[in-house]
Amino acid sequence: MRGRLHGALFPLATVVLAFVLGGLVVILVGANPFTVYKQLAVGAGLDWPLQYLPGHPIQVDPVVSEINLTHTLTYATPLVLTGLAVGFAFRCGLFNIGGQGQYWVGAYLAVEVALYTTDHWHGHGREAVVLATLAAALMGSAWASIAGLLKAYRGAHEVISTIMLNWIAIFGGQWLFGLGGPLQDKHSSAPVSRTLPLSATYNSIWGFIPGSSVTVAIFIALGAAVAYTLILARTTLGYEVRAVGLSAEAARYGGVSVKRSIVLSMAIAGAFAGLAGAADVMGSGSFQIQTTNLQVVDAGFTGIAVALLGRNTGIGIVLGGLLFAVLHTGANNVSSGLSPELAINLATIIQGVIILFVGGEIAVRWILSGGGRRRGKDEPPALALSSPSPEAPA
Amino acid sequence: MADPAAPPGVAGSSAELALELRGITKRFGALVANDRIDLDLRHGEIHALLGENGAGKSTLMNQLYGLLRPDEGEILIGGRPVHMRSSADAIRLGIGMVHQHFMLIPVMTIAENIVLGDEPQRRGMLDMAAAEKRVREISSRYGLAVDPHALVADVGVGTQQRAEILKALYRNAKVLILDEPTAVLTPHEVTELLAVLRELRARGTSIIIITHKLDEVMQIADRISVLRRGAKVSTIDAAGATEQGLAELMVGRPVLSEVERGTSHPGRAVLSIDDLHVLDDRDIETVRGLALEVRAGEIVGIAGVDGNGQAELAEAVAGMRHVASGSIKLMDRDVTDASPRHAAEAGIGHIPQDRQRHGLVLDFSLAENSALHDYQREPMSRHGWLQPKAMISRVKALIERFDVRGAAPSAPARSLSGGNQQKLVLAREISLEPALLLAAQPTRGLDVGAIEFVHRQLIAQRDAGGAVLLISFELDEIFGLSDRILVMYEGRITLEARPDQTNEREIGLAMTGGSSAPRAEAAS
Repeated sequence: MRGRLHGALFPLATVVLAFVLGGLVVILVGANPFTVYKQLAVGAGLDWPLQYLPGHPIQVDPVVSEINLTHTLTYATPLVLTGLAVGFAFRCGLFNIGGQGQYWVGAYLAVEVALYTTDHWHGHGREAVVLATLAAALMGSAWASIAGLLKAYRGAHEVISTIMLNWIAIFGGQWLFGLGGPLQDKHSSAPVSRTLPLSATYNSIWGFIPGSSVTVAIFIALGAAVAYTLILARTTLGYEVRAVGLSAEAARYGGVSVKRSIVLSMAIAGAFAGLAGAADVMGSGSFQIQTTNLQVVDAGFTGIAVALLGRNTGIGIVLGGLLFAVLHTGANNVSSGLSPELAINLATIIQGVIILFVGGEIAVRWILSGGGRRRGKDEPPALALSSPSPEAPA
Repeated sequence: MADPAAPPGVAGSSAELALELRGITKRFGALVANDRIDLDLRHGEIHALLGENGAGKSTLMNQLYGLLRPDEGEILIGGRPVHMRSSADAIRLGIGMVHQHFMLIPVMTIAENIVLGDEPQRRGMLDMAAAEKRVREISSRYGLAVDPHALVADVGVGTQQRAEILKALYRNAKVLILDEPTAVLTPHEVTELLAVLRELRARGTSIIIITHKLDEVMQIADRISVLRRGAKVSTIDAAGATEQGLAELMVGRPVLSEVERGTSHPGRAVLSIDDLHVLDDRDIETVRGLALEVRAGEIVGIAGVDGNGQAELAEAVAGMRHVASGSIKLMDRDVTDASPRHAAEAGIGHIPQDRQRHGLVLDFSLAENSALHDYQREPMSRHGWLQPKAMISRVKALIERFDVRGAAPSAPARSLSGGNQQKLVLAREISLEPALLLAAQPTRGLDVGAIEFVHRQLIAQRDAGGAVLLISFELDEIFGLSDRILVMYEGRITLEARPDQTNEREIGLAMTGGSSAPRAEAAS
């Protein structure tokens, strides 16, 4: 268990260091970092539980803090799912940069399935939600599988193919839902899909404002994190995925089909990202696809940072998703002594520092282990001895 | 040469010593890798450093070469204490090191490699002519034959090693450290190297040689120091030492260098290979029409110089490499081009040549590694769900039976020493009760104690009626274990012999493609 504790130490230290560096930036522009961080925490609704402290030592606005906290949790939901999408592929040794594309195709199909079902099967909103959720997972899965198949059978690097698939998903959506597109809302002059009826959205479980209240999607994210952990730790599939991720050669020696593991891990990763798309389009915002958002939403990319910070473990990714959501929503409340641009960007700075540190560590590890192993100290010296050396002295 | 060579065997004061280590202690966390080690090296002496894997030899030498700094103790050169911060400091102080894995750049010539980092210059430009002249000078002075113009990639291991030694001499090394220099050499090249080392000694160079091979130590060393678990056990004169005695000092108990074995009783053919052709990673045909048979209850040893197709043969049999043509049969079952899983299920156990790359997932636990072939079957898993309890209870039994030391079932395989990693691989492969056990370089890099253990297990496997195909570059091992010896040269079996009807010279010649009869005459 010492190892596990040690594993948690580095991400924690990274976060602390990132906040310290962010604090230095705040001092540089002449503001008080403690005030700023307090505003950040309040803006994210982290003060909400304090209202229940006996004696009310700290002033908490119950309504505002509740809105803020529900907003944070809602924002965290897709981040956890895209984090799982990146993390699962990572565990198989694959770098899934395609979370964003998988997220969008999942969202597209979720909207269309939900609309189709409610159009043709009146009064069955719940069934529509279930079908749309499944469709989103399958669509994301299929989309990611393309990159998996290309990698397994054609050797195409998944980084390249998933990035290309991202743009295909984004521009495909722009065409589908854009002005005059086949799936654009015919009653609107905006480049958007039709809006889901409230009956075909995720049930709100906490909060006042439709679109930013906590919905059942949070259970989907938590359930996905549990499934992620169970699959990896307890199933033969997870054993294969981890073996391939740690040593593809040893896995092959053991009889694991490396190709199958690559395709399956991408398929599972894509399902998580597809669910993230469904969580957003059926759980928050305007319940429609807005093409103006297609290049703005970055849940898929933030998922990379979430997975890195969470060290590709289920619990780590849940915590990482929460942290990035706190930074995002909290930043809206930061004002004291800072220009509005800096206030918003402070969160981005902290995110950037976290990514830099975590990414830097990954790079160092890669050089020490993977990158170094290629030129291998364990490799025999490269030479051909098939013919006896002619220069052997007589 | 400034230093007059003192005759070996004469104890001297500090000033007469080339080098002295006093009370060197190095800790890595709780582990004491070197525990108050005293060691001295005389001028013109060959001093062998012996010890099991993990005894602390490399740690000690890395401190001597400036790569690590001692926690306690001091290093004296020519009687004066020195503090080294890097290998550059060590080189400046006249210490040279030849690593086990050569540090040469294959696309550059030997001369370029030798002068690299200390190039002769003329008006700020590299003076290659001067470089080659100096290389020739040194190489003729010490009898180290190399062609300065040859590309490193084009020459054999023996020549590469000579280039490494020249590199140290070019930098005026007075003390030369050699880390397992003979591990990669053919018997002929070993003889050449030993001659070179004697020549260097005669010219006053002091040499520390790290090795596992006791016979070489006996041939060349003046004094021998033995390390065990981080501490020096003793330093003795080579004259009067015996291999048996040294092995006991290393391991701390009596060791059998050659494992006892009875006669074999070969049964039916288990493995039959016919006209096998296999390509290597560069698509070059390295197994070229090979045929062989291994029967139940016998050990067949394949001798050969590395690179003659042994690795590709082993991988093809284990299902890890595509078979271009020909057939591989296990009993009556065709396993030509089977997948690794099918090969394993058909009854082929495989101890791969590179245990760290193929044999183990180093970051998997011991328990997970032990299930590498059968994780998908009951009782290791049920309906797709792993059964960690079954894995752990089995690996505990294997740890017990195969004496795997140093880690709990849930610890990563990486935390085991090399010998224990190999025991774990062996345990897994033998526990699946294979009809054929394919052992490729099974004792590579292991110490005498672990080698003895592996040999015993292979013989036990044979005595239990299993077929064993042994691939080894060590002739001692081939002779010690095989019931039949096959020599593999350029992708074919070129010689078959029984160990009691041949000798190392005949096999050694066949390994290098020599026809045995005339050369054997010339040599006798």
